[in-house]
Amino acid sequence: MKNQTKIIAEKGIQELFITREFNAPRELVFRAFNESELLLQWLGGCDMTMKIDHFDSRTGGSYRFIHCTATGQEFSFNGVIHDVTAPERIIRTFEFEGLPERGHVSLETATFEALPDNRTKLTIQSVFKSVSDRDGMVAAGMEHGVTDSHQRLDELFERLLK
Amino acid sequence: MIAHQTLTPNGVADNFDLSRQAISKHIKILTECGIITITQQGRERYCFIQPQKMDEVADWLADFRKIWESRFDKLDNLLIKMQSKTDNDKSK
Repeated sequence: MKNQTKIIAEKGIQELFITREFNAPRELVFRAFNESELLLQWLGGCDMTMKIDHFDSRTGGSYRFIHCTATGQEFSFNGVIHDVTAPERIIRTFEFEGLPERGHVSLETATFEALPDNRTKLTIQSVFKSVSDRDGMVAAGMEHGVTDSHQRLDELFERLLK
Repeated sequence: MIAHQTLTPNGVADNFDLSRQAISKHIKILTECGIITITQQGRERYCFIQPQKMDEVADWLADFRKIWESRFDKLDNLLIKMQSKTDNDKSK
């Protein structure tokens, strides 16, 4: 059976959790999060491709990633890396550069837990500045949802202009 | 349960191994979210489900989950490749 992706976002609380199990040992899962050439192969998601502006993956390092949609739109994210403890933990900040103002930063903690039979449980906790920051990020579906909502707006305008 | 029939809060409670107080608390929360509405009919109050509201609650995470599911599916494939490579290296 496929491993389920769980998203927990309690109403009125400015954090969310993403959990997922993998049929692979935690050293490998951790590497897939921590090495550029591996990260490039999966973090894009959906139809997006991904570019790495820089990724200095160590305690005190920083990163900047750019996601590109099939229609050529680009969405960039950056942050500083607070802690990399192989193979169990990565703590970093996250900021979406597409917002009208700077400063809406969230704190992400990725925890890699070894399970029996060489399996791994990943938990990503994101703590936002406010509940509305969190809800905005979720509602926008991050980058993909932003495109979707632009398309929906376009369609709405088309209907209104008819 | 109340998707199939409308019930009174006590009728709901009879179907669960929970105290009436606990059921009443759950019903209160679901009412606040708009997932169920309570209607007074004569002496009894009845719970009605609002399926549309249920979809809204389920939906607000849907796009976000879809992105992460897609990422993790790709990651599954990558991990399979990495594992077979590790196994090959070991057998060399």
